[in-house]
Amino acid sequence: MSKQPPLLEVKNLCTQFLTARGVLRAVDDVSFSLRHREAVGVVGESGSGKTVGALSMLRLFGPLDKVALTGQVFFEGTDLLQLSEAELQHIRGTQIAVVFQDPLTSLNPVMPVGEQIAESLRHHRRLTQAAASNRARELMELVGIGDPARRFDDLPEQFSGGMRQRIMIAIAIACEPKLLIADEPTTALDVTVQSQVLMLLNRLRKELGMALMMISHDLGVVAATCDSVQVMYGGRLVERGTVEALLSRPNHPYTTALLQLAPRLDGELQRRLKPIPGQPMAAYGERRGCRFAQRCEFARERCLAEDPPAFKIEEDHFSACWFAEERFASA
Amino acid sequence: MAESAKPKMTERLPLIAATKETPEPLLTVEALEVRYTLRENRTLTAVNKVSFRLYPGETLGLVGESGCGKSSLGRAILQLTRPAAGKVWFLGKDLTELSGAALRSMRRHMQIVFQDPRGALNPRWKVGRIVEEPLRAHRLARRDERRKLAKEMLLQVGLEESYMDQRPAKMSGGQQQRVGIARALVTRPKLVVCDEPVSSLDVSIQAQIVNLLQDLKETMEVAYLFITHNLGVVRSLSDRVAVMYLGEFVETAPSERLFARPLHPYTRGLLVSVLRPDLAARRQLDATERFMAGDVPSLLNPPRGCRYHPRCPYVQERCRAESPHLENADREGGEHWVACHFWREIPAFDHEARP
Repeated sequence: MSKQPPLLEVKNLCTQFLTARGVLRAVDDVSFSLRHREAVGVVGESGSGKTVGALSMLRLFGPLDKVALTGQVFFEGTDLLQLSEAELQHIRGTQIAVVFQDPLTSLNPVMPVGEQIAESLRHHRRLTQAAASNRARELMELVGIGDPARRFDDLPEQFSGGMRQRIMIAIAIACEPKLLIADEPTTALDVTVQSQVLMLLNRLRKELGMALMMISHDLGVVAATCDSVQVMYGGRLVERGTVEALLSRPNHPYTTALLQLAPRLDGELQRRLKPIPGQPMAAYGERRGCRFAQRCEFARERCLAEDPPAFKIEEDHFSACWFAEERFASA
Repeated sequence: MAESAKPKMTERLPLIAATKETPEPLLTVEALEVRYTLRENRTLTAVNKVSFRLYPGETLGLVGESGCGKSSLGRAILQLTRPAAGKVWFLGKDLTELSGAALRSMRRHMQIVFQDPRGALNPRWKVGRIVEEPLRAHRLARRDERRKLAKEMLLQVGLEESYMDQRPAKMSGGQQQRVGIARALVTRPKLVVCDEPVSSLDVSIQAQIVNLLQDLKETMEVAYLFITHNLGVVRSLSDRVAVMYLGEFVETAPSERLFARPLHPYTRGLLVSVLRPDLAARRQLDATERFMAGDVPSLLNPPRGCRYHPRCPYVQERCRAESPHLENADREGGEHWVACHFWREIPAFDHEARP
């Protein structure tokens, strides 16, 4: 197989917010690449930088955010950070799409859902009203909304949470993007509905040949949908690897702790859980050393003083821990 | 000490025994119903004839999807929502018969912890005042003593004295929930309803709060009704688990037994949809589809017969016609209640969804 250039290549991405409390380093020197059709999971707790990282690539910030963005985000060879707002908007509509956690706040509450799907097609694909409506009905069918002809004119409130998320997905895939970013798309849903939505994403990814960036705090969700995983902590990418490698041979102490906290419904019953001590620190100002060192049970002097680089511990498996190789050998 | 309830039980009620050897239940809920009136005078039965017992110091996990009635049940027990029918025996009294001062005087014995600590704490009050307030409201201590008790309670939930003079807005979600727990426990209640207390917290913080609740249960001898959709947390915390679907209990069993040998097809569907962080997760997705066809039906128009029959992979004619009663599936003297006509016949459950 010839080596295709990556779909997405992120180099040294840094996102800093200027806040009343000082400079917040939300994303701190993150680099990775994503192949065509690859599904990557981005895992971490709130404040780890997983969402801000994805939004930074598309420069999706609030109008009042004071942001300093550095680094490069190559999408099929074009650096998105260098594009004008109009050029980037075109990419956002047609090449890269985003699905957010809460469909109710992302959908227009007073516009029929079919119309909301068609709108994106008219705008980005320049389809006529009739053609866009037809395609919208096909998309509703594709994402599993039964009887689209009848439901076309329904408002978002007439749908359940799972169905609304399907509508969001229909809007996102309307222009057949090459990359779909899904930010906690099932966190607000019940587990059984979650499974249905994840199955839909798996199917659409196959059918449309999309790459997927699945942002989630849930390693199970990532295991069910992704090829590879990135673990973020304190704005840093601390470990990445294939799903198989990272979940069966986790290396970074933070990843190990997260896996221990994942719910287990079989096997030995743990009456007491093993929490990670302390709480995530907001990354204000200059930081030295490993971001996780303060909470890490294996931290040594070096961890507090020096920032660990990403060590390659096996093929396609990197860990940003000073003791990555030692840990890999002893595991 | 008030005497425990001695309710008359009708024959059909499952006499769910405790996992500990305690003769008198702390709480006995009999055929409780909660109804809401909607537009156009339609009524929705959110909780349909639910009965169970809770023993002193016991934790009953109450699980089910949103809209299954678990929060309505919790609120109805505390009389925060008045039940439409049924009895709630607690410390010798039927709470459904009480109102005004008589009901208020019971509240020090039964408290609640909410999901969203930020919304549940008065942002203008300092933490000390928040935790003292129940003592003041129930006239349990004088001012100087209240402050001392509040400090002690905060220490027990892992917050140092310096937090007394902080306002909740400055605290993290986990710390706020510790304040919520301190406020609930400061009157030394016998029963605390925990309504999704860790669902809005990050996993590493969830584990801290779960451990804290475990510790407090032992030191303070409190019973929890622990309402959540998070099955992992329920397994760690609960002595017994009750699974609710469309307003009804479909299965109750000691926690270990329920997770090891789930009998009701709905329970199995719930368990299989908690995705494991390993390569079984993809198989689980497929299995979920098998266990849970389609969507949750509306409570306005619940299915006839077994309420789970339209989604059940093992459905048969009888399920469509006749609604199953809870029956005890434990032949060895324990109690494992399941409401399924065919629990004896359906195949064994596999957590990893292997074919």
